[in-house]
Amino acid sequence: MAVGKSIIRKEAWDKVTGRAKYTNDFKEQGMLHASLVTSPYAHARILSLEARRALAAPGVHAVVTGEGLPLTGEDMRDRPPIAVDKVRYYGEVVAVVVADTLAQAEQAARLVRVVYEPLPAIGSPREALKEGAPLLHEHLDRYEKNKTTYPEPGTNVAHRTKIRKGNIEQGFAESDVIVETSVSFAPSDHAAMETRCATAEIWPDGTIHISASSQSPFMIKKLLHTYFGEETGNIIVHTPLVGGAYGGKAPVQLELLAYLASKAVGGRKVSVWNNRECDMVTSPVHIGLEATVKIGATKDGLLKAMEIVFLFDGGAYSDKAIDVSRAAAVDCTGPYRVDHVWCDSLCVYTNRPYATPFRSFGHCEQAFAIERAIDELAKTLQLDPWEVRRKNAIRPGHTTPTQVRLTKSNVGNMPACLDRLRELMRWDEWQCVELDAYTVRAKGISGGWKTSTIDTDASSGVILTFNSDGSVNVISGVVEIGTGTKTVLAQIVAERLKMDVDQVHVKMDIDTQTTPEHWKTVASRGTFMAGRAALAAADDAIRQLKDIASCVLRSSPDDLEVGFGRVFLRDDPAIFIPVKDIAYGYKFPNGNAIGGQVIGRGHYILRRLTPLDPKTGAGQPGPEWGVCAEGVEVEFNRRDYTYRIVKAYAVIDAGNVLNPKAALGQAMGAMSMGLSFASREGFLFDHEQRVLNSQLRTYRPIRFGEHPEYIVEFIETPQIDAPYGARGIGEHGLIGMPAALANALSLAAGVPLNELPLVPELIWRRQKGGSHGSV
Amino acid sequence: MEETTKRELVLHVNGERRSIVARQAETLLFVLRDGLGLTGAKPGCLNGDCGACTVLVDGTPIKSCMMLAIETVGKEITSIEGLDDAPIQHAFVRHFGFQCGYCTPGFIMNAHALIERHPNADEATIQEWLESNICRCTSYQEIEAAVKEVLEAKKAKPTDP
Amino acid sequence: MVPFDFAYYRPSSIAEATALFAALERDGKRPLYYGGGTEIITLSRFGLVSTAAVIDVKHIPECRMLEMSGDSLVLGAALSLTELEEANPFPLLTKAAKEIADRTARNQITLGGNICGQIFYRETVLPLLVAEADVVIAGPYGIRQCRFLDLFHQQLQLGRGEFVVQFKVDRATATLPHFHRKRRKQGEVGYPLVTIAALKKDGTVRAALSGVCPFPFRSAEVEAHVNDRSRPVGERIQAAVDAFPRPILHDIEGSADYRLFVAAQLLEDMLRELGDEETV
Repeated sequence: MAVGKSIIRKEAWDKVTGRAKYTNDFKEQGMLHASLVTSPYAHARILSLEARRALAAPGVHAVVTGEGLPLTGEDMRDRPPIAVDKVRYYGEVVAVVVADTLAQAEQAARLVRVVYEPLPAIGSPREALKEGAPLLHEHLDRYEKNKTTYPEPGTNVAHRTKIRKGNIEQGFAESDVIVETSVSFAPSDHAAMETRCATAEIWPDGTIHISASSQSPFMIKKLLHTYFGEETGNIIVHTPLVGGAYGGKAPVQLELLAYLASKAVGGRKVSVWNNRECDMVTSPVHIGLEATVKIGATKDGLLKAMEIVFLFDGGAYSDKAIDVSRAAAVDCTGPYRVDHVWCDSLCVYTNRPYATPFRSFGHCEQAFAIERAIDELAKTLQLDPWEVRRKNAIRPGHTTPTQVRLTKSNVGNMPACLDRLRELMRWDEWQCVELDAYTVRAKGISGGWKTSTIDTDASSGVILTFNSDGSVNVISGVVEIGTGTKTVLAQIVAERLKMDVDQVHVKMDIDTQTTPEHWKTVASRGTFMAGRAALAAADDAIRQLKDIASCVLRSSPDDLEVGFGRVFLRDDPAIFIPVKDIAYGYKFPNGNAIGGQVIGRGHYILRRLTPLDPKTGAGQPGPEWGVCAEGVEVEFNRRDYTYRIVKAYAVIDAGNVLNPKAALGQAMGAMSMGLSFASREGFLFDHEQRVLNSQLRTYRPIRFGEHPEYIVEFIETPQIDAPYGARGIGEHGLIGMPAALANALSLAAGVPLNELPLVPELIWRRQKGGSHGSV
Repeated sequence: MEETTKRELVLHVNGERRSIVARQAETLLFVLRDGLGLTGAKPGCLNGDCGACTVLVDGTPIKSCMMLAIETVGKEITSIEGLDDAPIQHAFVRHFGFQCGYCTPGFIMNAHALIERHPNADEATIQEWLESNICRCTSYQEIEAAVKEVLEAKKAKPTDP
Repeated sequence: MVPFDFAYYRPSSIAEATALFAALERDGKRPLYYGGGTEIITLSRFGLVSTAAVIDVKHIPECRMLEMSGDSLVLGAALSLTELEEANPFPLLTKAAKEIADRTARNQITLGGNICGQIFYRETVLPLLVAEADVVIAGPYGIRQCRFLDLFHQQLQLGRGEFVVQFKVDRATATLPHFHRKRRKQGEVGYPLVTIAALKKDGTVRAALSGVCPFPFRSAEVEAHVNDRSRPVGERIQAAVDAFPRPILHDIEGSADYRLFVAAQLLEDMLRELGDEETV
């Protein structure tokens, strides 16, 4: 009825008319505004901070500083919400100025006098791990942390994940060749069009009202309790539509500042809104990586062993970067059968903006390393890179790096994805061809896969209420960040209740007091978890409807069906009662009434998830592995090193496509983001680790007209316990793009390209054979 | 009395005469959003780089974060709220030309002006105009389809307003 | 947004503008002439621009003049870049303008603003340098017309209280064979790595560059090498590149040696497209 159709987004007309409201669009008279005073140094001691002149400036109510505040951080608490004693990254918050207007707050922020003593700044994970490198966190041994986080005090290692599967020595012993490849890229940005924003207000009765552009409204409640001791029952978070997030709005940062600011002004409402520069640098970023992959294989290209070292540039504080480094380890080999795996994935402290999940949560990063290594292996063996992938493609019966046995249900069909990609790309016809003296066209491919690594007790709830016209309201804690998940939930409910999807209304906003919790809107798990919860809620509603109808129709509920706006006798549909006549209970002709408002409740919790064994990494971090095969066709100019991305391909096993146009949009959007990241994004740092490009004028995402032709197809291998078999797909388009682009350009330019972003100057420099010649 | 640069401005917005008191240094974006409650135009960078703040001033796309409100006195301002059932809005909906929707008002205003101004726009013109707006969610492919569909329709029925 | 306050003035004549400037200057308001306003507004946020009064010159008729007939083209400094592109009086200027920022921004950016602002690329200067335009300047002492080349040394040398009214370009020169290319670090929108604008007059190539140095330039020495037909093209270009003024930019857009590599190739493209014969 609704599933499988390209239903228009429920909020579509709001979005094309300007009616849709985001966090910063809610203006309130008397609301105060904050401006952040941030550090001009990447590493420095704070010698003094003087706010007298700022406090005296027009309109200023308070200047909040960091003294006496608890440390924050999701896996390990190492981050002061406002820097005190020391700053560890360029752009770190050192004070928050609160004033009547934003202009007044900004003017006053300039009057806060901070005296710093600069310290040597560390600019990459390798630098941070060198003998004698300055320690960013001297008290690493004292930080509160959860049980599965393993910092290494006395070093700059915030956490190390170990994957030890099989026997690596044996694996290499069985190999004919061993090929080592190293890759790297600096941190970059999510660059959502809506910058982050949070407001806080504390009412006289003590309730804390937060509004936030966030993927984690429910997490905000938990963390305000964890960090500041506030009762979760006293915290109400409102999240309206969110203007893009891509993982960057999963961490909690501005919300803490808004809360502290409100406390400082007697509970008045304060808005903390990021200008673009703060959004890029002060708020968490897309993680950087230096990685080395050693692959052992037979001369026929059968993978025997992989030895992998991921050095993630987690930046100054670990917050959610640890989780990203863990997630990359979980799937470190890529979607290939490898019996012997040795991986150390480190989250390393550097004096760079701190990192947080970026769409694909460690997987496009992992894929860049592995897929470049596989191409280098193929080149060494003189084998077709597609053949090498196909030969080793992961399948039911194989195990993952964390030793989960894969089945037809919990892993998508990798061989089918590769087979279809080969056809779509016409791989056999050519892989590299010269068009003229200067112009070369080349193809590059990449595999990709992902499971989610989220809390083992992550859950999702959905409530369904009925309206007197028989229509239904779907209330779910999934945030509408652009994925269209809320509309898909409506489709799922419509399908189960066998009703017109136009009659299924969705509450777009989240209000944590009345919306059931959805863990966080991350991990491509929205449809899966909330979808299951919605199905459970629909089934609950059906039971209640049948109960009431059974009295009215004088039949057993077992003989009734719900559908098409009616509850009817299965074997005689002419006997029915309209849903709208019983959704609020039923009144008999003599006035007796039974039942009451039908409220469908459903929840879902991910099952049998376990943390990773600290020694071997064995464990079940997620419910299923989505797979994809991706490719890129480039046209490269040998003379000037410029190139054009002509086509981009993705074959993704979606399980079951619930909304074709929306799924396509998600896949292509993710591909675009991956290509933009790989071809032109990345922060540039000076020698003191100050960010040089924190504006959209100097950090330039891909523009209209620069886009390739996108060719996307979905394979459908249903996941048995997913709603209508649908696998998560929001991130998969992105995963293989950077590697595919690098593989295509490496072929075109005739030189291995293992760094991002792939700008013409990099290609020119690598071809010349020069060393790193950056700013 | 304290000195102030605030002025009462009479602006023509979406066909209506609107009066607002604002600092002379205030941008059009801020006045529309905070003064007039028209929050469709969005701040994306406050630097003229992203186009999320695009509105029309006398039919020409302008980045309202870089224009003073006071400069627009006497001109016709059209924000996203001033479009009523425009073909481009329908096309964006049909073609799934947005996901999070934050860049959408700016994109639509620019595309709308392009179509009005250049009903026979070629590839180069479409690209030239639309590269003024960044979209982070879509691949631009759907937006391209939406704009081209409206242009095609205009060619087919040239007498349409 | 502009976090501080300023007063906005809109004179309707040159005399009114210069008188306003003088009065505001005397009152300590540190006035600025205001074209499109894009730089003033965006740089204010970073404290790179500070003023208590702006004088909008876009309503002064002479500043908006666009004269396309007659021997001399008159290009008002307060015309927006898209107005100039659409009227297209000077094709090389149109090509240069079209690569600046993006189209919506260009609906606001004025010719004068692009040349006199703080951002040092000033790419519309390049066609004016090679066409050897005149510039008409208004100030406290009246109006004067000079050769643009005489007044432009890395920046337009204006006295306090002066502003650019118009540029005048010889119409015949404006239609000469020309070449324009802008190469960026990546993509089609953004600051230049190297921009070259050139035209060929009487068999001689005139070339001006932006993006190579922190100022646009046209250099006689560079042109001498480029036009030296006694040497092979490769040598001429290398000599021209060696003769570039210094410093060569080495920044987030690209390194100095890469810039020189790109510049050399664009000069090669220029010679190929303009033709290397002695005749026009």
